[in-house]
Amino acid sequence: MQELLQYLFSGMTNGAVYAVIALGFSMLYNSTDLINFAHGEFVMLGALCMVSLTAGAGIALVPAFFVTVAVVAAAGMLFERLAIRPVRNPQPVVLIIITVGASIFLRGTGMLIWGKDAHSIPPFLDIAPIDIAGARLLAQSVWILVIVTALTAGLHLFYKKTLTGKAMTACAVNKKGAWIVGIPFKWMVLLAFGLSTGLGAVAGASIAPITMSSYDMGTILGLKGFCGAMLGGLGSLWGAILGGFLLGILEAMGVGFVSSGFKDATAFLLLLLVLYVRPQGILGTAEVKRF
Amino acid sequence: MRFVKKHRPILLAAALVSAVVFAAHPAANADSGKNPIKIGGIFSVTGPASFLGDPEKKSMELAIEEINAAGGVEGRMLEAVIYDTEGDPSKTVMAAGKLINKDRVTAIVGPSRTPTTLAAVPMVERAQLPFVSCAAGNKIVEPIKPWVFKTAQSDIQAVATIYSHIEKQGIDKVGIITVANSFGESGKEQLLQQAGDFGITVVRSESYGANDTDMTSQLTKIRKEKPGAIVCWGTNPGPAVVAKNIEQLGIEIPLYQSHGVASPKFIDLAGDSAEGILLPTGKILVADLLPDDDPQKPVLADYIDAYEKKYDETVSGFGGYAYDAVYLLARAMEGTGGDKEKIRENLENIKNHVGVSGVFSFSQTDHNGLDPSAFVMVRITGGKWQLVE
Repeated sequence: MQELLQYLFSGMTNGAVYAVIALGFSMLYNSTDLINFAHGEFVMLGALCMVSLTAGAGIALVPAFFVTVAVVAAAGMLFERLAIRPVRNPQPVVLIIITVGASIFLRGTGMLIWGKDAHSIPPFLDIAPIDIAGARLLAQSVWILVIVTALTAGLHLFYKKTLTGKAMTACAVNKKGAWIVGIPFKWMVLLAFGLSTGLGAVAGASIAPITMSSYDMGTILGLKGFCGAMLGGLGSLWGAILGGFLLGILEAMGVGFVSSGFKDATAFLLLLLVLYVRPQGILGTAEVKRF
Repeated sequence: MRFVKKHRPILLAAALVSAVVFAAHPAANADSGKNPIKIGGIFSVTGPASFLGDPEKKSMELAIEEINAAGGVEGRMLEAVIYDTEGDPSKTVMAAGKLINKDRVTAIVGPSRTPTTLAAVPMVERAQLPFVSCAAGNKIVEPIKPWVFKTAQSDIQAVATIYSHIEKQGIDKVGIITVANSFGESGKEQLLQQAGDFGITVVRSESYGANDTDMTSQLTKIRKEKPGAIVCWGTNPGPAVVAKNIEQLGIEIPLYQSHGVASPKFIDLAGDSAEGILLPTGKILVADLLPDDDPQKPVLADYIDAYEKKYDETVSGFGGYAYDAVYLLARAMEGTGGDKEKIRENLENIKNHVGVSGVFSFSQTDHNGLDPSAFVMVRITGGKWQLVE
């Protein structure tokens, strides 16, 4: 029992991280129909920025957190402006390849700025892990959970209740139609990139205290987040959250009850199974030809 | 353009080398007496294992500089030709090929990692030239390959050092957690194999991915079996995460780490969780704490002093592997006129060579030449290393 609970908690910590990253993927897809394979690298930028600001420059955690998100979101917008927008023939495949290239570029840049070593910083609040029936839950994990829930609720409201959010959805549904009714399409894409990479930074900045951050951490995190997004249904916000947590928890259970050697295999096998049965993901709606 | 960018260090090195080659006009082989003897170096200077390769490259250059300043080998200067593998086995094979076919080196030092070393082995065996690896994995010299030697302490000695310490504490059950790569696998193999010799049972063996962010599930599984100690086998940053997770889970049994994390960086990463951790390390980390009658003490002091003066950075525990390799090769080259087979034979017959990583005594059945005395056990106390006996 104690073990089961501990596996669950471990899974939730990882799952929450995957969820925020999945949220970034899903959000961007929702607004631009694009998958940004450099997303994991923005998570890395978030984590390492946080390390530099707190451990390096000695800035308090809360302002450092917001500065990190702002800086990374700005980097994301710059990326959109310099690498995505100028593409003359913006076919999905071309854009995706560009994001793959960007991820390699960002990884290199990260290595030049922060070096090849791993870095670590203290948790947001230095309190002992919470003990529930003999299983320990990290205070930092609770933080991440709170952040994830708040972000998803915020994004949900943004899409459903604000004009900008609705305009963004409209752009994804039909670019030309949105343009005809006067929605500034280019600004929407720029904003979507800023928001999505900002989400990546949130993920990075929140995991920096529980694990080690290094320039090459982004690839696998991005992949797991992408898995989470696919699992839940690409484009669905709540699906991203569900997929992320499911992936994290199943990984932990896989370690606990099968073997730690099969940790990643368990997760990806599950992804294959789900996509076989429900290609649109758990919460995704089946592809309908929109308009 | 892309090619140029990607291979710039290699191209640069190649350009430099060819410049030197043209300037010197050497015959391809050893006959001409006054030409420099070329020694190849392949290290993971960049990439995830740069913490190994970077100090190794610097130490190799330092050793060659020292030997040349003292008059070289039989009046001939040594010359290093160094390539970066980025820790990648396929790049290692390319670099080894270049050293053998293009640069025509007399011997090769490196690579830094076990997988890269194993990738290069078939090539040097075919080319038949002395090859001194700087990697730890025991598979490199087991079974013995005539041309392959290594200077890094092996997992065998590290595991023996850890287990004899555990045995002295009266602990007979351990849980092990190893990283899922060749370093971890090799450690795991030794941990499982040697346990019986010390009356220890491994009650659970778990693994983790090199970039995993959380190992609490594995540790929970280990805790269930109630071992008396946990042994973790990996290189940064994984073991630091393990140390943090153990503290978070409130597991209060001794944690042993491998020599793979024997660097100040580990204390840095693990922070307060590093307190009380035990690990075997080469003597370089605790050189100033060693008793005065230790034969390695003066060698270590000279190396540390020279390294820190030349590079203006704290000495690492890993650079010594390359430093020893160059000195061993230089010693073996005496009186051979550059004949590779003779160098190989001389290497095999070196006895009691006091180096940075230990006292080397090679033989036909031992191409590592070290015994457990190459390691000392240390405990991390208040963020500092402390010798334990």
